[in-house]
Amino acid sequence: MNAAWLPLTALATSVVVAVIIFALPEEFRRLRTTLNIGAAVVKVLLVTLMVRRVAAGHEDIFSFQVIGGLDFVLRVDALGVMFAMLSSLLWLCTTIYAIGYLEGSANRKRFFGFFSLCVASTIGIALADNLFTFLVFYEMLTLSTYPLVVHRGTEQALNAGRVYLRYTLSAGVVLLLGAVLLYSLTGDQSFSSEEGLGDYFNDHRGLLTLIFALLVGGLAVKAAMVPLQGWLPRAMVAPAPVSALLHAVAVVKAGAFGILRVVYDLYGIELSVELGVITGLAVAASITIIYGSLRAIAQQELKPLLAFSTVSQVAYVILGIGIFGPFGTVGALAHLLHQGLMKVTLFFCAGNYAEELGIHRIDEMDGAGKRMPLTSIAFTIGALGMIGLPPVAGFITKWYLGVGAIQAEMYWVVVVLVASSTLNAIYFLPILHRLWFRLGPSHGKGKWPEEQRLGRFETHAWLLLPMVFTALISLGAGLFAGLPFSPLDWAARVANGEYLP
Amino acid sequence: MTWRFGLFDSTFAPLVTTHWALVAALVLPLLLGLLAALFPPKRAWPVVLASVPILGSGWLLLSAFGEAGLLRWQWEIAGVLLSLRLNGLSVLLLLTTQGIGVAAALYTPGHLRLTDPAPLARWLWPLMGIVISALSLIWLATDLLTLYAALELMGLAAVGMLMLSGKVPALVAGMRYLLLALVGSLTYLLGVALILGHWGRLDLQGLAEVIEPGPVAWFAAAMIGAGLALKAALFPLHAWLTPVHENAWTPVSALHAALVIKASLFMLLQLWSILLPDTFYAPRIIAWLGLLAIVWGGLLAWRTDSLKTLVASSTVAQLGYLMVAFPLLLGPDIAPLPRALAWEGFWLQLIGHAFAKAAMFMAAGNLILATGEHTLKGLAGTSRRLPLSLLVFGIASITLMGLPPSSGFTAKWLLLEAMIITQQWWAVAALLIGTLLTAAYVFRMFRYSFDETAPRHRHQPLMPGMDFIALVLALTAFGLGLLAHFPLGLMHGGGP
Repeated sequence: MNAAWLPLTALATSVVVAVIIFALPEEFRRLRTTLNIGAAVVKVLLVTLMVRRVAAGHEDIFSFQVIGGLDFVLRVDALGVMFAMLSSLLWLCTTIYAIGYLEGSANRKRFFGFFSLCVASTIGIALADNLFTFLVFYEMLTLSTYPLVVHRGTEQALNAGRVYLRYTLSAGVVLLLGAVLLYSLTGDQSFSSEEGLGDYFNDHRGLLTLIFALLVGGLAVKAAMVPLQGWLPRAMVAPAPVSALLHAVAVVKAGAFGILRVVYDLYGIELSVELGVITGLAVAASITIIYGSLRAIAQQELKPLLAFSTVSQVAYVILGIGIFGPFGTVGALAHLLHQGLMKVTLFFCAGNYAEELGIHRIDEMDGAGKRMPLTSIAFTIGALGMIGLPPVAGFITKWYLGVGAIQAEMYWVVVVLVASSTLNAIYFLPILHRLWFRLGPSHGKGKWPEEQRLGRFETHAWLLLPMVFTALISLGAGLFAGLPFSPLDWAARVANGEYLP
Repeated sequence: MTWRFGLFDSTFAPLVTTHWALVAALVLPLLLGLLAALFPPKRAWPVVLASVPILGSGWLLLSAFGEAGLLRWQWEIAGVLLSLRLNGLSVLLLLTTQGIGVAAALYTPGHLRLTDPAPLARWLWPLMGIVISALSLIWLATDLLTLYAALELMGLAAVGMLMLSGKVPALVAGMRYLLLALVGSLTYLLGVALILGHWGRLDLQGLAEVIEPGPVAWFAAAMIGAGLALKAALFPLHAWLTPVHENAWTPVSALHAALVIKASLFMLLQLWSILLPDTFYAPRIIAWLGLLAIVWGGLLAWRTDSLKTLVASSTVAQLGYLMVAFPLLLGPDIAPLPRALAWEGFWLQLIGHAFAKAAMFMAAGNLILATGEHTLKGLAGTSRRLPLSLLVFGIASITLMGLPPSSGFTAKWLLLEAMIITQQWWAVAALLIGTLLTAAYVFRMFRYSFDETAPRHRHQPLMPGMDFIALVLALTAFGLGLLAHFPLGLMHGGGP
């Protein structure tokens, strides 16, 4: 049975909410909050329903013809639903966080309107079944994140917005060219078709490689692969919830997810291997991993450090694609989720430190663990996960990537993994040391840059709850990785579909 | 190619009701405009009332076309056979004209109220009516003389509208426009005279059968092409456009940029497809000029400090997209598939741009009215005070940038596909560069508007509905991207 309404409704919830928010006057705060949270909860429920239906073997498709030979198709499949689950879950958390974070600030209507559009775009990206539909939402994401990046309206924010657009719109043009080239070669190609593009291999080898380069090159900008990562650290001027969403799900993940789609669903893994582009991806990812980690070490402020850490962590997903074999794929897919959960936690923590204590620089964090224990515990979980220590989720993915690399006899990948874990430790462990073991203002030594007492707890409850939740999930995803419907289990299910006929 | 313009005999004779609908579509705008000159509407509701029969006539013609396919009306007046035809393309352009015309008319009362009304303001109404009537006639006409009369009527009425504000710069720009428009018409008329002298007939369908390539056809095509290119503000004959829009009233600019210049382009393509069906060079020259237009218009819009100049220069660049498609529509040895793709892309781009540009002019007019500033810098901080006007501007500019899911995107997709199939890589490059340049000037404007550090000024409140009308236009342009099947499907119908 085809439930065409399901993907459409999942998409429509946030689009409709965005429209209503734009229509409501700025001062209707309570109604807007209710709407936001209500829609986020509905969306999580809808996506849960999708997960169940996919697990039960249903295939829900919504489609209509745009012009001859060009269809708009939304399809619920295992890979898409994975990304949709991540984005809807984190949307709920981030919405709650953003409501607390932006309390009393200006332009909240604009913020939440575009925030909803941004999430609608990620859902669309997740459910898109062909390149055209994917492109529609991919560009929509670019446009709807711009107002969020420049939200503060300062000179710095506006400059960051300009750089962001320069990168992403140019990438969009490259992507469009690749997409039209592909369409004029092969016609409409569903992501669900089993054949991939193998039929065209013999006659159009060069063209296929060119299209692959264009598509992946365009997607790599959003995925912040070196040397196209320049926009990401600058976009850090955006408010914390935006950074959290941008880094964990929306923008960088959309790029990585797009590359997953292109390699696994459009070209097919065998064809990608035959074209020899897979190794290229692995090398590019490795360079990005090392580069991001090295730059992160040099940072003195917390948010840029996390940004460079994102550059390096997202590349793990690409690295996983580059390792031919089921383990690499499972690692890549699981990391898509794990990194999202851990990174969102870290950004929530950074936002909390900044809001409650005015901490922006790393050397101001001394002894913050005593003042803000929950935030610091969450930060510790996230950081340990990033380094890849058990039992946090990050360990699982590094393990799978390592095993996959050995199976594929790509031993240099293991070296990259070890090196990057070491580098991660080099920039995260000193922060943990500062948090827990150094004496700071809460021990009566110096004072916080700008302390506010935002709530009864260590900070505002709306800021605290989402962070605790995501930290627990990051931990749970590692501890209970063996259970059904865990990220790892689902990743394995997707990978099985890819490698087993 | 000429069958695409509906220049063939129809299967069915049109019903009597369609005669009435036709008369209503052609004459009512004019009559209602005259009525409005006698009793100038102060509010929007009389305009709503007046637009009902006009839109109704359009709808009747649409359904008549849906039933019978191509419609062709013929009358014999004093021994001269006069005929009008309605094919899918004409219906589409007629509906676009009526939609944008009604929107501009609805916008006018509010605009006139907020600006200091010049004593001549009431004459805006009949002039607007003439423009809409003349446009409708251009989409339907089947002979060179009717086309000329409608073109001349439209051009003169447009000049009148542009000069109504009575300010000195408006008069200067309007006079210059008048002179150029007259030169354009005259050149066109020379071409027509040449055709009449050589082949002895003026009806397009007959000409399409008898015209053979040769110096006469080339020369006539050159004259007609030059005259119409001047009127359509095709690069490099675009210099009159910016000063005209800089000084005109908002609804006038909207109507002019969206439709008036497109009419000349429509005629150019239609007449060239008769005169030069298989020429290699002429469409390529247009296309190369189009490439320059995209770059030059984009640069002009990027470097300007005035909001209206930005919007007007963007028209020059957007016309470039249409010009670049010429070699895919005209010329020898074009495969059917790329030609069909380019044909659809061309009209979708034209219609999408018409709606988007009208919306953008209205949004820009609203911003200027509310802030009292004409420059981009004057927009600082408007994102907080005038979010709706800015949102409309944004939605319209998505279409202009050609980003999904707007009609600009779908049109660009079609054109790109056609260009890739025919391997015109320089045209592909032109389209892609155009996207980036458009984004550059649009976001330059948004950069100012998002500035939160700017000092606050008092803003004049707008009339209710002024933003809403613009929003509807912008959303139409936006929605036509994914719903392109309807307008393009119309053009498929009625083939011979």
